[in-house]
Amino acid sequence: MSSENLIEINDLNFSYSTRAILKGIHMTMPRGKVIAIMGGSGSGKTTLLRLISGEVKPSSGHVKFSGNIVHELSRDQLFKLRRKMGMLFQFGALFTDLSVFDNVAFQMREHTNLTESMIRDLVLMKLNAVGLRGAHHLMPNELSGGMARRVALARSIALDPMLIMYDEPFTGLDPISLSVIGNLIRRLTDTLGMTSIIVSHDVQKSLEIVDYVYFIADGVIAAEGTPADVLASTAPFVHQFIHGEEDGPVPFHYPAHSYRQDLDLGEVGV
Amino acid sequence: MSKYLVSAIQNIGHRVIEGIWRLGVGTRFFLLVLLKSGTSLRRFNLVIRELYFTGVLSLIIIVVSGLFVGMVLGLQGYETLQKYGSESAVGTLVALSLVRELGPVVAALLFASRAGSAITAEIGLMKATEQLAAMGLMAVDPVARVVAPRFWSGVISMPLLAAIFSVMGVFGGYLVTVVFIGVDQGTYWSQMQSAVDFHFDILNGFIKSCFFGVAITAIAVFEGYDAPPTAEGVSRATTRTVVTSSLVILGLDFILTAFMFRGVS
Amino acid sequence: MQRTTLDLWVGIFVIVGIGALMMLSLKVGNLNINSSTQSYVLTGHFENIGGLKVRAPVKSAGVVVGRVTNIQFNTQTYDAVVTMAMDSSFSFPKDTFASILTSGLLGEQYIGLSAGGDEVMLKDGDNIMKTNSAMVLEELIGRFLFNKASE
Repeated sequence: MSSENLIEINDLNFSYSTRAILKGIHMTMPRGKVIAIMGGSGSGKTTLLRLISGEVKPSSGHVKFSGNIVHELSRDQLFKLRRKMGMLFQFGALFTDLSVFDNVAFQMREHTNLTESMIRDLVLMKLNAVGLRGAHHLMPNELSGGMARRVALARSIALDPMLIMYDEPFTGLDPISLSVIGNLIRRLTDTLGMTSIIVSHDVQKSLEIVDYVYFIADGVIAAEGTPADVLASTAPFVHQFIHGEEDGPVPFHYPAHSYRQDLDLGEVGV
Repeated sequence: MSKYLVSAIQNIGHRVIEGIWRLGVGTRFFLLVLLKSGTSLRRFNLVIRELYFTGVLSLIIIVVSGLFVGMVLGLQGYETLQKYGSESAVGTLVALSLVRELGPVVAALLFASRAGSAITAEIGLMKATEQLAAMGLMAVDPVARVVAPRFWSGVISMPLLAAIFSVMGVFGGYLVTVVFIGVDQGTYWSQMQSAVDFHFDILNGFIKSCFFGVAITAIAVFEGYDAPPTAEGVSRATTRTVVTSSLVILGLDFILTAFMFRGVS
Repeated sequence: MQRTTLDLWVGIFVIVGIGALMMLSLKVGNLNINSSTQSYVLTGHFENIGGLKVRAPVKSAGVVVGRVTNIQFNTQTYDAVVTMAMDSSFSFPKDTFASILTSGLLGEQYIGLSAGGDEVMLKDGDNIMKTNSAMVLEELIGRFLFNKASE
């Protein structure tokens, strides 16, 4: 029984038709921790999130969420399970036809029978947690990018989930908003006792706030460890990724014929 | 040359297969929407909200177009009927053309371009900005919560809009022929009333507009839900909604008319 | 937009729409005889109905009192059976005479009823005994020539 680990991923494989995206992933995510999943674009990070939320089914292996094997659940059970999960999309994905207040209240109205006055109190509490109580009457198109993401964060913690997944939470934010979001993630995780999974490119900010890091490359876990481990790591891939070097295990060039051949210079006499 | 011909034929074949395939997917989606309509019927507020966007906001264009179509019908009808000395039948002409054909069809065409395109664009944009995915992850079914209320609002507002269109048209015809030209107003109404039948004209027109409402909104929600999540994809889907539903309206109108008025007069 | 304002507008829209439907039914269409449940059925056998069609009016003294709902051919008697839905506020004597007439020179054909003097009234499902067929131009000419020839 996994009272410690909220999520256990066991020998997970996933492929789109013949193209293997994930190959034999093992991960454990304990409760109350912030875990980062890093990797280059197209390395299968977002697919991993979709496997955890049960949007897609694995080719083999399984994801276990608080004791349940996600892909074996029926549709109703899966929807029940998803109420314990929150997801923060890259650009917030706020419902543009609802006000900030109604966005946060959305899940409460859909899934609970709370009275309007209780919903009002809860929504204001959630908005207060992200510092936007005063903005509850605004519409999403009146918010800045950072504010929209904070509202989305408030929305995803509306029903006090056990897990929140963040898909690129730092993309396209100014340094101040970026700090605000980063610290919010850490603080909410600690105060609400939930588990957070961050999928990000932003190495510096992520390493500041997370407890554990997984690096994914070519569908396998290339490296893992605490931020301190990772920073000290001498593994070539990790080194390249953290320091953003142009060439290394991840090559600068897309696989191609030889340059000479492509430019039609022939093979003779230079 | 032959290569060009072969590729042209292949292209036609490809389009036909694609069309049939889409028809299948669309029908399945339509059934899915019907299946998941429980939520929107239980929580009718969701439908009322959408009724504002599909119905109330389409009112102006329907009222104005109805008025003008009726005025033109009155004017042209009078000009033609006058040659045969039967200008008293102008009320009949205006009312019958509106109630049987122009009301449902023109209102449906306007509705497709006003409300149908808006529905497609809205759902398409919600998809492109991951709002639908976010909803799914909040354990709320987007088909039940977003698509079905829009579908039902369209189904409800279409017959009402068609009726408003017809009434405005009859009024427009009255304005031109009675008020401006001077046809006797008693003749206008009584000729109309003796020729227009409740069952065969008004009820059939109403049934037509119900069919159109279902067809337009079913196409609109499907195109929106099926749109590729990009700006280009949404704009193409919007165009397709207007083109497809216009063609479907005209085709359906012929079929329904053939069924309703077969063997009668 | 505030919920209440929105509801108000939708309410107005629905009322206007239903009002339009009502107006179409009552003012434009003559929603009275055909659709009202207050009607009774009469049948009549005609040798020749000419150009009579379903939905043609049934008139008495020029007033519409019913409508033709069905026309069938009887294979026993080889004549046409016309079914009429009559407004139940009008009742006619048993010996009422039904004839197929034409409104104007080129107008549509209708059934004209001229009341008789019988005490007993026609009831639902009754058959009108006395009928007069439509005028057919060829028969008229034929009869005219026949008469001329016999003179």
